[in-house]
Amino acid sequence: MAEITFREALNQAMAEEMQRDENVYLMGEEVGYYNGAYKVSQGLMEKFGASRVIDTPIAELGFAGVGIGSAMVGLRPIIEMMTFNFSILALDQIINNAAKLRYMSGGQFKIPIVFRGPGGSAHMLAAQHSQCLDPWFCNVPGLIVMTPSTPYDGKGMLKTAIRDDNPVIFIESESMYGFKGEVPEEEYLIPIGVGDIKRGGSDITLVAWNKMVHVAMEAAAILEKEDIEAEVIDPRTLKPLDEQMIVTSVEKTNRCVVIEEGWPYAGVGAEIAARISALAFDSLDAPILRVSSEDLPMPYAHNLEKEVLPSVDKVVRAAKKVLYI
Amino acid sequence: MAKAKLDKEKLLWMYRMMLLIRRFEERTAQMYGMQKIGGFCHLYIGQEAVGVGTVAAMKKGDYLISAYRDHGHILAMGTDPKPVMAELFGKATGVSKGKGGSMHLFDNEKGYMGGHGIVGGQIPLATGMAFAIRYKKSNQVVVCSFGEGAVHQGAFHESLNLAKLWNLPVVYLIENNRYGMGTPLERASAVWDLSQKACSYDMARATVDGMDVLQVNEAMKEAIERARQENQPTLIEARTYRFRGHSMSDPVHSHYRTKEEVEEQKERDPISSFQAYLLDKKILTKKMADTIEDEIKKEVMDAVKFAEESPLPSLESRFSDVYA
Repeated sequence: MAEITFREALNQAMAEEMQRDENVYLMGEEVGYYNGAYKVSQGLMEKFGASRVIDTPIAELGFAGVGIGSAMVGLRPIIEMMTFNFSILALDQIINNAAKLRYMSGGQFKIPIVFRGPGGSAHMLAAQHSQCLDPWFCNVPGLIVMTPSTPYDGKGMLKTAIRDDNPVIFIESESMYGFKGEVPEEEYLIPIGVGDIKRGGSDITLVAWNKMVHVAMEAAAILEKEDIEAEVIDPRTLKPLDEQMIVTSVEKTNRCVVIEEGWPYAGVGAEIAARISALAFDSLDAPILRVSSEDLPMPYAHNLEKEVLPSVDKVVRAAKKVLYI
Repeated sequence: MAKAKLDKEKLLWMYRMMLLIRRFEERTAQMYGMQKIGGFCHLYIGQEAVGVGTVAAMKKGDYLISAYRDHGHILAMGTDPKPVMAELFGKATGVSKGKGGSMHLFDNEKGYMGGHGIVGGQIPLATGMAFAIRYKKSNQVVVCSFGEGAVHQGAFHESLNLAKLWNLPVVYLIENNRYGMGTPLERASAVWDLSQKACSYDMARATVDGMDVLQVNEAMKEAIERARQENQPTLIEARTYRFRGHSMSDPVHSHYRTKEEVEEQKERDPISSFQAYLLDKKILTKKMADTIEDEIKKEVMDAVKFAEESPLPSLESRFSDVYA
């Protein structure tokens, strides 16, 4: 198996799907001539031409709506948000149109569209360019929310997202685009709503997604040195959530910490904790804890930024707390 | 009236359709009063010439998309009044299976792409459909209707820029009924002549009397031709007036407009003036007018009866159509 970067894996997914179906096109800011702000669309314009890799002006609401309108009449757009921070300008189109047109019309339309780009924190970008909006999208019926943590998952999940007939919010990470991982030559797809056990263990369940998976894995390695076997569950899709995988793990470990990059208030971690409480209450030997970003706008200064974000140390401490050690 | 360049059949279709919309909505208001219809319900009464003159210029396969004052648009696109009334009643047989209501009527088969509730939200969608037409190299055209209140939204400006930048076959139609709910245009817009907005995007534009169905039709035919033949967008402002309140919960006249103003505007009634024109040209006779009136009355009553007798949506149906 070849080892490639996250951005290459995502690039392959788009190229393969554009090759497979001529109704698939890519639209966004700097996706064409510039080859993508983060080079995820490198070479796609050269390969597929300017009619299928479309540069837009800086008008997120406008081009998000253009994508949705084109999906109403049979195209399958991939709309790149340079970062998900800018998707806030497009939220009316995403929430009121992409998510609801099928329902409001009694099923007359399919909206096969992917909104993809990096979300979450990046280094020293301050409050407007460094935030995790996962729960905003998860709160909306009609949307699917996927967020991969490895190049392998990224490719298989993005291909699935493009082929799906529903609007998919696909959240990547600026700081993971350079991560390398093994990706097979042959085609594969990763289904929506199916999580992955990134590390088996029997003492505690750590639930994490996107780059928090790597924080959880590092924490698990530290815990292992103290003979604590942590199981790391990556739900991969946040909506619909693979709650069965999480519940099965908690029934085995009886303890759980959820690690999320988003803010704690009404976050995805709160949802997961509520579901575990409802479905596996009798299995729990300790309260479920969450390690989130602090409930603050992201500060610029490196030392403050580091303090605000979840860290390996915070995860280890939370794990020990629920293990009562 | 503008001079008719249409055949008799088309003229009579326009007359009949305007009258159907008028009678359908008068009955809608009555049913709303009887609480058979709920929610926000915005009547098109007074504006019929705009929608009908527009649809008369479109071809089969073209798309129309509009805002929440949409009863007239879906009827003009040829949807049977029965499932439209059933939708207003929230019945399973409604065009949107009782999930959309007055503001969210859709008929994909007929090319009517909805019924949209957020002011200006449908304008990027129309632009996207026009993008898809170019992408697929088909020969269709999109007409996007919205009120004058929508021209102040970013969605309008972002869309017009993209349409001109990419040469998209779309006609943007401002149905200027003078009031964004209770705010008159002069308190909302820095300019009075709204088609001027097209100048910012080097786009073709036109202004028409929205109470004259033939004038609307002429301008729309020209704009649609420009879209179909040259892939060029147009912005049209049709100056019209709503004879009823903003919605059913807004009185016809209140502190924001006087009774005298409304009565004066009713002198411009697009249906009676068109009827007079057709009678004068002997395209319509008094007897024909009476027959059409009777037929429409029956058609509307049949729609009410259908809606009345249709079943409510099953409770299970609320779970369907969320995901494909």
